[in-house]
Amino acid sequence: MFDNDSSIVVGLEIGTSKVCAVVGESREGGTDPAKAGLNIIGLGQARSRGVRKGEIVDPAQAEEDVRNAIVEAEQMADVEIRNVYLGVTGAHIRGFNNRGVHPVVSADREITEDDVQDVIKNAKAINLPTENNVVHAIRQHFFVDGHDGVTNPVGMLGSRLEVEVHVVHGNTNRLQNAIRLVKGLQLEVDEIVSNGLASSLALLSSEQKELGALVMDIGGGTTDYVVYADGVIKHTGVLAVGGDHVSNDLAYGLKVPLSRAEKLKLEHGAALVDGECRGRTVTITNELGLPLKTVNVEHLRRIMSLRLEEIFQLVAQDLEAAGLFDYLRAGAFLCGGCARIPQIATLAGQVMQMPVSLGQTNSVSGLKSALDQPEFVTAIGLVKYGSFKTRKREARPSLARGLKGAFASFLRRP
Amino acid sequence: MKTKTQTPVEVLEPARTPAVKIFGVGSAGVAMLDTLNGGDFSDAAFAAVNTDAPSLASSSAPVKIQLETKLLRGLGTGGDPERGRAIAEEQFATLKTACDGADVVFLVAGLGGGAGSGISPVLARAAKETGALVLAFVTLPFLCEGNRRQQQAESGLDLLRSVADGVICLPCQKTFRLIDENTSVLDTFRLTDGLLMESVRGVWRLLTRPGLIRIHFDDLCALLRDRHSESVFASVEATGPARAREVVEKLLAHPLLDEGRALAESSAVLVSLMGGRELTMAEVNRVMEQIGRHCEHAQIIMGAAVDEALKGRLSVTVIAARQGPVPMELPPLATPGNSGEQVTSRGVVARPGSRCGSPAAPLTPEQREQILAKNAGGRGRMAGPKMRQAQLPLAIISKGRFDKSEPTIHKGEDLDIPTYIRRGVALN
Repeated sequence: MFDNDSSIVVGLEIGTSKVCAVVGESREGGTDPAKAGLNIIGLGQARSRGVRKGEIVDPAQAEEDVRNAIVEAEQMADVEIRNVYLGVTGAHIRGFNNRGVHPVVSADREITEDDVQDVIKNAKAINLPTENNVVHAIRQHFFVDGHDGVTNPVGMLGSRLEVEVHVVHGNTNRLQNAIRLVKGLQLEVDEIVSNGLASSLALLSSEQKELGALVMDIGGGTTDYVVYADGVIKHTGVLAVGGDHVSNDLAYGLKVPLSRAEKLKLEHGAALVDGECRGRTVTITNELGLPLKTVNVEHLRRIMSLRLEEIFQLVAQDLEAAGLFDYLRAGAFLCGGCARIPQIATLAGQVMQMPVSLGQTNSVSGLKSALDQPEFVTAIGLVKYGSFKTRKREARPSLARGLKGAFASFLRRP
Repeated sequence: MKTKTQTPVEVLEPARTPAVKIFGVGSAGVAMLDTLNGGDFSDAAFAAVNTDAPSLASSSAPVKIQLETKLLRGLGTGGDPERGRAIAEEQFATLKTACDGADVVFLVAGLGGGAGSGISPVLARAAKETGALVLAFVTLPFLCEGNRRQQQAESGLDLLRSVADGVICLPCQKTFRLIDENTSVLDTFRLTDGLLMESVRGVWRLLTRPGLIRIHFDDLCALLRDRHSESVFASVEATGPARAREVVEKLLAHPLLDEGRALAESSAVLVSLMGGRELTMAEVNRVMEQIGRHCEHAQIIMGAAVDEALKGRLSVTVIAARQGPVPMELPPLATPGNSGEQVTSRGVVARPGSRCGSPAAPLTPEQREQILAKNAGGRGRMAGPKMRQAQLPLAIISKGRFDKSEPTIHKGEDLDIPTYIRRGVALN
């Protein structure tokens, strides 16, 4: 664990229904590329009580939940967690595409690494409302003298270099709420990552990204979606509707308490109203086994089905408006807690008219139990994002720097 | 659907201009009728209905119906809808005769007082029994007018909704957004009257003016008949080269449409465009496209017409109808039903204070006989309000656990409210 070519990366997702921390071990592999990879070694989770629609509304409770999740993950992975990659979501997070331009001024018109850095900097200079902050600026394609589809322009000749970036931004204060909470637990936030992006990293292979795919993470409070086309992120969005809404609809429509509605959803819910449930009823009993109320399963399914259908419709409308429907040749992939609802992929397929399947995390090894659950996709994606970053950032620090860093981080902890 | 003997005849004669009668009920209604009378409603027959002699005397309407008995001693209803109701029931035959021969009856009233809230539901029922389409244009009182008037207006509105084909309702309170600090009381009332009149005029134009794309009389019937809708309306005008865009912007900013939210919630939208001779198809298309985008779930009925008088101006009237809660049948005669739970004739328990109309009163034998006699003499059961399984309306939709969090608004729809309610899916 402490050999030099592995590093620990932790992803923390403060979700609406649960807080989840995933510990990953990222190996460089040294000379053997087959040994390089990501291994999940720990997982901690706690029921979330202080979050609504993906945003923290009760910091005290949320802090306790995060602490429990982190402690559990630490015990399981047998490491001490100091830094985390934090997933963020919420209705305030938006994405759009922006383009940056840079004239190539060198005498021989050859595009250099500096030009590339400059053009990306230009593309990131965006007029945002003052209270907003950029979460990601993801590079898409380069254009050299108006020709698109260039992935690496260094060494090409041209006079005008342009780049498209996909910018994800959100309200600074609302982003800071989550960051502050984590920092309050004496943890460093390496970076914040939008949940949709993290999920897509965990689910999609590079072929799927190339073909074009939609990833929908339908969580408790929000639905995050990301569209890949031609290998790059084309579109992201957050819809502040999720599984909580389904439960709330059920509680309202069936006139049962919210906790009971949640249970009914898990036990009898499905995304489609089929003939089999027609006229079927379920009797709710109290703790003594006495019947309290009879619930019609058809009503339950209809309420659920309408809500889920609406979620897919809204996302489909958004994609339609962005003109991305024809690019999604690999289809759509679902994850998040709502992906557990039976027949949800069928419903999504019907609404969005494309192949829809439940997402499987790939190119990650380790705890099999964690990897197969749709709820943990985002947190695994966060670890994956983190491992990319650390691999890129660290060109093997020298011993002195390493020692200094170790001391510094030792001193930071109380 | 209800089968009515006259309906096929109306559909077969689309070219005939429907005969319209406009009734002003109560002092406010009579006053509003006067402002209408001066306008361009040349073919309509006007009638003023009130219990109050001075108000009728000042009216310019050709037909005046004073509902007066010894009971009231010339003092009007005294602000009590039950009295208004009782007296209207007593003179039901008179009201019915007055409605005879009309295809469409417009009912103009200010709810909240005794006459407006009491008489108009009965008048609407009378008109419906003669086979006419009943459209009610009513105002609700300002909040500062007090609780009691508000309650009376609410219950009057519920009753009216259950009998009239369409109710277009303007809560006066909403006009507060249109006035400023210095607007006088007189101007404010003139404004509310004006707004209501605008909608009467809009519907009137729809029915009578030659249209490029005409809204037929039966379209309007189809939109409003038996849907028991609650409607909001807005009428805006713009001039200049970018008038199509401007008109839509104004429409979406209109306070009566709740900044466009009302459009998103509506199940049917009627749009009437009016312009001078220069009205282009492109403009019509642009406006409809924009409106259509805001009400995706709605059935849209549009009409475009040319009015020479509108030189260079483009006027758009929108009536957005929302599928209201299925109302209860109008009970024959209600008295204050505050004496605990009562069971209506069909065994539905109506709690006092709920918004599903007032519960049926215990009828005295004389009253029962009187009502039975009326029913026997009329067109029989077919013409009466349709029998329908009653359902308690969901007046306040609680958002449950999202009550206190920031609402998720998407294109004017509040996504925190269960989808099945927003889409009007019944669970049976």
